[in-house]
Amino acid sequence: MRWLRRNLVTVLGLLTLAYLLLPNVVVTVFSFNNPSGRFNYAWQEFSLDAWKDPCGVADLCGSLALSLQIALWATLGATLLGAAIAFALVRYRFRARGAVNSLIFMPMAMPEIVMAASLLALFLNMGVELGFWTILIAHVMFCLSFVVAAVKARVLSMDPRLEEAARDLYASPVQTFLRVTLPIAAPGIAAGALLSFALSFDDFIITNFNSGNTVTFPMFVWGSAQRGTPVQINVIGTAMFVIAVLVVLAAQIVGNRRKKAQPK
Amino acid sequence: MTATAAPPEAPAPAEPPVHRPSLRKRLVPYWLLLPGILWLLVFFVLPMAYQASTSVQTGSLEEGFEVTWHFRTYWDALAEYYPQFLRSLLYAGTATLLCLLLGYPLAYLIAFKAGRWRNLLLVLVIAPFFTSFLIRTLAWKTILADGGPVVAVLNSVGFLDVTSWLGLTQGERVLATPLAVVCGLTYNFLPFMILPLYTSLERIDARLHEAAGDLYATPATTFRKVTFPLSMPGVVSGTLLTFIPASGDYVNAELLGSTDTRMIGNVIQSQYLRILDYPTAAALSFILMAAVLVMVTIYIRRAGTEDLV
Amino acid sequence: MTDKTAGGDVRLAGISKHYGTFTAVHPLDLTIPQGSFFALLGASGCGKTTTLRMIAGLEEPSTGTVHLGDRDVTQLPPYKRPVNTVFQSYALFPHLSIFENVAFGLRRRGIKSVKKQVEDMLELVELGQFAQRKPHQLSGGQQQRVAVARALINHPQVLLLDEPLGALDLKLRRQMQLELKRIQTEVGITFVHVTHDQEEAMTMADTVAVMNGGRVEQLGAPAELYENPRTTFVANFLGTSNLIEAEVLEAGGDDVTVASAGTKLRLPRARCSTAPKAGGRLLVGVRPEKISLVPAAEEGSVAAGRNKVPGRIADSSFIGVSTQFVVDSPVCPELEVYVQNIERDDRLVPGAEVVLHWNPEHTFGLDAAQDIDAGVETVEEGA
Repeated sequence: MRWLRRNLVTVLGLLTLAYLLLPNVVVTVFSFNNPSGRFNYAWQEFSLDAWKDPCGVADLCGSLALSLQIALWATLGATLLGAAIAFALVRYRFRARGAVNSLIFMPMAMPEIVMAASLLALFLNMGVELGFWTILIAHVMFCLSFVVAAVKARVLSMDPRLEEAARDLYASPVQTFLRVTLPIAAPGIAAGALLSFALSFDDFIITNFNSGNTVTFPMFVWGSAQRGTPVQINVIGTAMFVIAVLVVLAAQIVGNRRKKAQPK
Repeated sequence: MTATAAPPEAPAPAEPPVHRPSLRKRLVPYWLLLPGILWLLVFFVLPMAYQASTSVQTGSLEEGFEVTWHFRTYWDALAEYYPQFLRSLLYAGTATLLCLLLGYPLAYLIAFKAGRWRNLLLVLVIAPFFTSFLIRTLAWKTILADGGPVVAVLNSVGFLDVTSWLGLTQGERVLATPLAVVCGLTYNFLPFMILPLYTSLERIDARLHEAAGDLYATPATTFRKVTFPLSMPGVVSGTLLTFIPASGDYVNAELLGSTDTRMIGNVIQSQYLRILDYPTAAALSFILMAAVLVMVTIYIRRAGTEDLV
Repeated sequence: MTDKTAGGDVRLAGISKHYGTFTAVHPLDLTIPQGSFFALLGASGCGKTTTLRMIAGLEEPSTGTVHLGDRDVTQLPPYKRPVNTVFQSYALFPHLSIFENVAFGLRRRGIKSVKKQVEDMLELVELGQFAQRKPHQLSGGQQQRVAVARALINHPQVLLLDEPLGALDLKLRRQMQLELKRIQTEVGITFVHVTHDQEEAMTMADTVAVMNGGRVEQLGAPAELYENPRTTFVANFLGTSNLIEAEVLEAGGDDVTVASAGTKLRLPRARCSTAPKAGGRLLVGVRPEKISLVPAAEEGSVAAGRNKVPGRIADSSFIGVSTQFVVDSPVCPELEVYVQNIERDDRLVPGAEVVLHWNPEHTFGLDAAQDIDAGVETVEEGA
């Protein structure tokens, strides 16, 4: 009893963590299932079939490739546009700063469905055909604000004297940007880009409204919830989880090695 | 210095050259802003305007829609769908509160007690993101399946009797009930609560705990008077990051709920994509936006935190 | 200010800086001779750093011009000026090694073989073995030396130092003061040094300009400034001064006679910053270490012709090399007196009646229309 009281926070925290990870465990276990019907909700028997043939379901891997493609382009677009805005906001004084800040903040403070619906209203009114391009436009739009926030935080914490020092040491404005500003802001830009990629790749609501007949990976999963869930979905979900954890752990190990290699 | 110390006014020399930054230099920030801001104006602000105009149009799909300043649409939509509205705010509010209650201990654990496990725990909080949230939400269908182990345990300890009596579950079912939807919402937005909480807790100097203890505060008082107030920025941004998307969500209600648990997101989605009643759908999403904005503004005012970004 | 127009002088003419309605620097004329160690001294917000940044080109002056020798560099961007800066808190590039930090300026000017030069420069500041480290792995003093090396390697005509020692602890600061002075003598480059620490300015510089409220209050060699302050600000900001309000009795000859609370004092007319007139008022100043102290009973032993003031010791603190007394006197409350601890007189304790006396030659006179306490608070902060 005393032990429990002393470790109450730890116990509660670990319970929350279990709640957070339970679905991933289920997804992983059920990737080895051999379901009897169209839906993969109840355990039947162990099988490696889905792992041997992850693209065995029509359109699954196509939708995955499309999602990756959109996520890459959306990340590129949002990062370029967002980083430029962040630099302007931190490094320059100009009129309408307040208005720009609010405009950046608004998309993050609004339920996604409101943006999704209004964008659809625009596309319908203008007679734009829904598909790859409308999805990409929407993704760049909502990723933009997150990139601005991430880059802004990094540039704000950067000593403006570093850029002055570069200019003082014969670096032209372009050289100053390339040799000093950009390398130091890089972690913030990378964080913004990663976030964009994750948000775009996993986006459902805005895509649902603005995709027309184009099927991204989340759209495919959504459709399968109605038509029947193939085991391959679980295989993809498990693989992505494992790859992500391995990449993070590898990065950690490399980071630790590097830290040890450099004497204090 | 006083006047006597100053030398007598020398005759003013010819107007000295006054230097101003060149026009090209002053335009730099605007060039940086232009593409991104243009993008937001065309694909965020302009759509809002279109939606505003759509919401006061009348007509039909066959004959086309026309702006007739038909504000009654708002009233009609509210009159017809107010249960879904109230349900959305209620579900989202409950999920936010649950996220705070569940997330705080974990954020605290990672920030102060995890030691060398800190990074691993952080990875475990973020890693589920890499599995599509739709797949993970579908997994709850398995976890909460009728007659499954989770439901059996909840039933045997009498939990389901209580929730049944509260109207949150029906008999021995959890799936397709409000409980399942709130559980799904809580699950989906929990990391958005934990990460800002962790960020603000991690900034707290651990010596403050010692100082509070040194000044006769019990652990509970230390938490109430020191830790929690200092974590307020995290609490505020965490609750906003949870409540705002949860209030407009329709995925959890669709996958884990039933027709009795439809939220306003489900209504807007079906009006736009299935029934094709654009004016009603537009009006509904404006009402949702207004409701969220008002609630968020009041909340931020009361919590006293303005610098959220 | 001199009339010399030697090749490498820094000449500021009518230079000023406004931010909106706020004037950071009032129109200023200043000539910094080539090869000199020049200090801009003042409290924070006095305009000294803005002046420095205008020389560097990091701040565009609102009016006026900057000349390096005969060349007008006012419109040149910083990267085209033969001027380098050692920044406050150093501004070392965190993503580059020490070697690359020092090589930065050379590389930007397109110099290919930098290895030898960088290594020599790192040797000069005794950091040879740290070339491959990153800045955050170095101590404050080492970072400071990298910042100096990074600027000096470019052989600038002028080296600007913006509070270069502010982030170091006292002992290291003393050491670096001597080090910088040594380097300056060795390389012979003009150093312009901005600081709020009056001791630092006096130790290092040949010429000090004391700035206050965007203006230069006084300019001169450290000893000259200390002995002959011309304003109360300089008198109080540089060291400590006892300022006595007095009425001028006689101002005809080489000496001026004044009276304060019935006590007559003399001072040389040449050491008055304004022309004293009989019947006018004057602030009479004397430095604490110029004053001697005897018990009141021994007043007779004081040599004739010295300025004498009665008083009672209010407080004393033993500092080691000296004892610092605070003496309440009818002429002025809280006179400060520093007495060297050669033979300590144990009758000089708080409460004792004493006579203060000093050589009239050591007395200076200031315009009485000024704020008598100008520059006082900043001394406590700075020293």
